[in-house]
Amino acid sequence: MSSTIAYIIIGISVLFILGIKLLASPKTARLGNLVAAAGMFIALVSLHQPNGDYVWGQGWSFNYTLIVIGTIIGLVIGAVGAYSVKMTSMPQMVALFNGLGGGAAALVATLEFLHGNNITAFIAGSMLFATLIGSLSFSGSIIAYLKLEGKFEKPMTFPGQNLLNGLILVVILGLCGWLTFNVSGGNTTTAFIVMFVLAVFFGVAMVMPIGGADMPVVISLLNSFTGLAVAADGFAINNLAMVVAGTLVGSSGTLLTLLMCSAMNRPVSNVLFGAFGAGATGAGGAAGDLAGKTVKPIQADEVAVLLAYAQQVVIVPGYGMAVAQAQHQVRELSDELGKRGVEVRFAIHPVAGRMPGHMNVLLAEANVPYDQLCEMEAINPTMDRVDVCLVIGANDVVNPAAREDKSSPIYGMPIIDADHAKTVIVMKRSMAAGFAGIENLLFYKDNTRMLFGDAKASLNALVAQVKAS
Amino acid sequence: MESNIPYIIFIFVLAIFVGIEVISKVPSMLHTPLMSGTNAIHGIILFGGILVLADAATPLAQILGFVAVVFGSANVFGGFMVTDRMLQMFKKKKK
Repeated sequence: MSSTIAYIIIGISVLFILGIKLLASPKTARLGNLVAAAGMFIALVSLHQPNGDYVWGQGWSFNYTLIVIGTIIGLVIGAVGAYSVKMTSMPQMVALFNGLGGGAAALVATLEFLHGNNITAFIAGSMLFATLIGSLSFSGSIIAYLKLEGKFEKPMTFPGQNLLNGLILVVILGLCGWLTFNVSGGNTTTAFIVMFVLAVFFGVAMVMPIGGADMPVVISLLNSFTGLAVAADGFAINNLAMVVAGTLVGSSGTLLTLLMCSAMNRPVSNVLFGAFGAGATGAGGAAGDLAGKTVKPIQADEVAVLLAYAQQVVIVPGYGMAVAQAQHQVRELSDELGKRGVEVRFAIHPVAGRMPGHMNVLLAEANVPYDQLCEMEAINPTMDRVDVCLVIGANDVVNPAAREDKSSPIYGMPIIDADHAKTVIVMKRSMAAGFAGIENLLFYKDNTRMLFGDAKASLNALVAQVKAS
Repeated sequence: MESNIPYIIFIFVLAIFVGIEVISKVPSMLHTPLMSGTNAIHGIILFGGILVLADAATPLAQILGFVAVVFGSANVFGGFMVTDRMLQMFKKKKK
């Protein structure tokens, strides 16, 4: 590696690190993304072969034509995906792009492995690692994508599943181990292909038993997996920029995954092997206590009066708001109340929606200023003074069962204390259970009123009535 | 090439710590854009695809390399664009 290339790689690494750093603050996030993209652009124009040859300085060949065509096709797929996707479907899109990256990482390693001779055990191990992790990230992300699209949302479980998955993993690791040390002798192609296929299958088997509500954690984990696979590819083809970029993503992604899990108060092992939704039937205890209790419906005009004459209103948005695309109506209502001197705040649960930050993205799209958005820890101590708490399409994140019912599968999860407000209005389409599949004790509290109907239609009615009153 | 490996591992280990350090204080509202942004950064695998496809000698290698380039390219371009689209909306409201 010549020193010029080394300096360029240092520059690229600094841009990536700076990019991630800037992404972590609201004011500079967009700039951070551009800084990282600039690093990527420099990496592209300065791309060198492992032997030091400048990639773009060699004679043109058919392979280069393929490179240009392939890059353009990918660019078009990426652009169409990125700009046509609805804001509510962003998480799926990230899952899909991540899966493609994982697939690419696996293919690069595969080609190097099948093509390489006289490779050391260390290099072979890197290639096998990249193939294994990349291909399971590929298939796992596709399943995560489908689950978020509403296909087989429910966890798929069967007795002995963890044992079977464990066995598959043992076989995969055994094959990898054998291949690492036998790479230079004999025909290893068959064993490699078997390993590849099993790894793809393992990605499916790993994600299938996990419920749709936990997909954000899964995507974040698979994102860090792909990062590690790319880093391993970097080792395998001796490309330092790939090692740095992949490792940064791998380690920051792992931390992000843990942060998400701690927001739900669940260890990551519980997400991956706990088959959360399967506990739905176990929640019978809580539902049983509710027998004989009924919910109290309310009409939009009554809600409008309550809101218009309140001093403090807290809005708790959830996935239901995203589905109904009601963020603009929410903003209108908040503006209308603001004009009347009502103090309106938004309480954002860290895992509301399908991804941490999902609600912030949607509300920001509707031009809600982000100083009006409060995190759970900040808002909970003030809930006692709140006159009206308006819950729009949120369910599990406001369920007091997490505090009160030890038998509940969500017991211990931090929640927004909506029930502490003087009056709670829950806007909901029907009495269907939330993602965790459990009854919500909040709906049956004495200070709770249910406003049934489509969130968008209800909000339009509320805005009109608040204006009139 | 073999003698490079300890240095690469050294850089690898440092990068692990840097990756953890830079995001340790991120507000939860930025978790999704951050995930999306780092997702784009591992799109650097596109260059891995380009390197192997440039060297591809058999039709099979050309096909696999081509698919890798398409996947990697979608990852890197799509990743940055979707992140930018998300962050576009985090503007402070003008009074």
